[in-house]
Amino acid sequence: MALTSPPQTRSPFSVWQALVQRPELLTLTLVLLLALVIGLINPVFFTPQSLFDLLRASTVTGIFALGVLLVLAAGGIDVSFTAIAAFCLYTTTLLVLNVAPDAPFALPLLISIGFGLLLGLLNGLIVHRFRAPSLIVTIGTQYMIRGFLLAFIGTKHIMNIPEGMDRFGRWSLFQFTTAEGARASLPVAFLLLVAVALLTWWILSRTLLGRAIYAVGGSVPIAERLGIPVRSVYLFVFGYAGLLAGLGGLVHASLNQLANPFDLVGTELDVIAAVVLGGARVTGGTGTVIGTLLGVVLVVMINNSLILIGVPSTWQKVVIGAIILLASGVFSRRKLA
Amino acid sequence: MGSWLTDKHIRFLWVANLIILGGAALVSRGQFLDPYNFQSMAKQLPEIALLAMAVMLAMISGGGGIDLSVVGIANLSAITAGIVAKSVAAGQGQGLEFTLVFVATALLVGTLCGLINGLLIARAGFAPILATLGTQLVFVGLGVALSGGPAVSLGYVEPFVELGNGSLLGLPVPFLIFAGVVGLVSWILTRTRFGFRLYLTGTNAKAAYFTGIKTPTILISTYTLGGILASIAGILIASGASSAKWDYGSSYLLIAILIAVMGGINPEGGSGKMLGLVLAAVALQMLSSALNLLGLSNFLKDFTWGLLLILSIIFTSSWTRFSFSPGRKGPS
Repeated sequence: MALTSPPQTRSPFSVWQALVQRPELLTLTLVLLLALVIGLINPVFFTPQSLFDLLRASTVTGIFALGVLLVLAAGGIDVSFTAIAAFCLYTTTLLVLNVAPDAPFALPLLISIGFGLLLGLLNGLIVHRFRAPSLIVTIGTQYMIRGFLLAFIGTKHIMNIPEGMDRFGRWSLFQFTTAEGARASLPVAFLLLVAVALLTWWILSRTLLGRAIYAVGGSVPIAERLGIPVRSVYLFVFGYAGLLAGLGGLVHASLNQLANPFDLVGTELDVIAAVVLGGARVTGGTGTVIGTLLGVVLVVMINNSLILIGVPSTWQKVVIGAIILLASGVFSRRKLA
Repeated sequence: MGSWLTDKHIRFLWVANLIILGGAALVSRGQFLDPYNFQSMAKQLPEIALLAMAVMLAMISGGGGIDLSVVGIANLSAITAGIVAKSVAAGQGQGLEFTLVFVATALLVGTLCGLINGLLIARAGFAPILATLGTQLVFVGLGVALSGGPAVSLGYVEPFVELGNGSLLGLPVPFLIFAGVVGLVSWILTRTRFGFRLYLTGTNAKAAYFTGIKTPTILISTYTLGGILASIAGILIASGASSAKWDYGSSYLLIAILIAVMGGINPEGGSGKMLGLVLAAVALQMLSSALNLLGLSNFLKDFTWGLLLILSIIFTSSWTRFSFSPGRKGPS
């Protein structure tokens, strides 16, 4: 996990070996290279303000990505988390507005997390009970959850979100005014990402459950023969991804001061790409928290900062696609070797 | 075992189709059975079913095979073909040239895109989901860059608009094209050496390789064929709309995957029948038309499609479980 320690280079060849064992080093290299290129072309990138923007933009994507990481590590995939997030953020906002509009942030937080957990458990239950590929199941639940939200709950944007969410969204950790008079701030919500990252790291690296998740991702028959309760692992990873979707959705609405039921769905492949660029394999059994966070920074940087260096917006998608291909190319070389 | 499993799927699909047809006819008081309604369904079906067919081929080839780039290929083919055809055959009375140039360019672009996917997957060893996620972005991005963002307007060019809008002997032209493609692809799958080798590769790539099948060549051909199918969908979309744009059909990707899976194509490779795919596409099309006819919200349609997919998983899976215990497999 020690991100800060440089790779141990014993011979010229072991750089490649280090990459094989620690794919997140490649992600780190890509992040640093991209930051250097962007910063050299446009020094604005190196200001604290743009750093804060980057961290702010990474908060919600990062929370989602850590949930996806657990599912990928257990050998599954989840594309329904954006629909779960949209469902949780909108339903929670409506519910709180109608029942207890003055409640503190903890109430909507608990409701949203609860909804997310239930929907995630539903995914896990179907995947395990019917031995169905999780891609297919979560495509189905994505349609169901989003369709239910838009057909039965509502389609109107809610601008006046509840007091507690509003205050949480505006609450800053650091705040200062730059020489140009622009205000830069880092929202407290960023601490939630830090907390979730620490929790996820603890689960994956310090608990038996973490070992079980990697084992199931490596091979289900072997995991079963080792006596690992595969059913519980599935329920846990999908439940955790759903819970984090609920959390991320609510944070998203609070930060934007808006509950939009059409939000988020459609960005799931970006999040999955971030996790994969962080070194988790789609085939399961691998992936680290540090790598995932680096992958998130990489994707957010590509999405937000290319405009800073004058890549015309029409060419942005080509560049993003090329970077994803480049990075996955290196990771697949690792697999072939 | 593969075909036996798909037979369950096909039985489920027949039942689902009958229920939807009967239910729609009852609820709409016979309005659903109007020939005009069937014509409009037959016109809408081909675009999405062709994209689903491309996804199906990738899934059959196994190794986590999937093609996320089909919509990108369809739009890029149409945009490129539109630009080329407009510059080569813009004059009056050049409608036929315009159409031929458009179709040829679109098919060429589709072939190239599919070939790129195939090479990345078979030669460079990329995971299909990652390779096609990356190329999807590249193809969409190229479409944006070539067109500059707004739609490429094609105008009303006589034989060209017929491809997506015309009808022949009471049947919509896109449906006839679709029927031809269905016949051709199912012939390839069931009657040719290539089709046999494709299923074998999808069932067990290692075994196929050791029996002397050049599995990389099979994979490259499969993804190339998928690219061609996607570009045919692109031609139909462009002709129907008289324009081409990078974000047309952005919701089609997941629907295409949905159709392939509901049609009983095993995402782990090696099995899947054209009949299942067509039945699944027809079921979804009827459901969506019925809900439209009843004036219900489009979002209810999404909900129903998702529900149908989950139901198809539940029914086909529990039937198998009662008969024999299948090999335990993890989620993939």
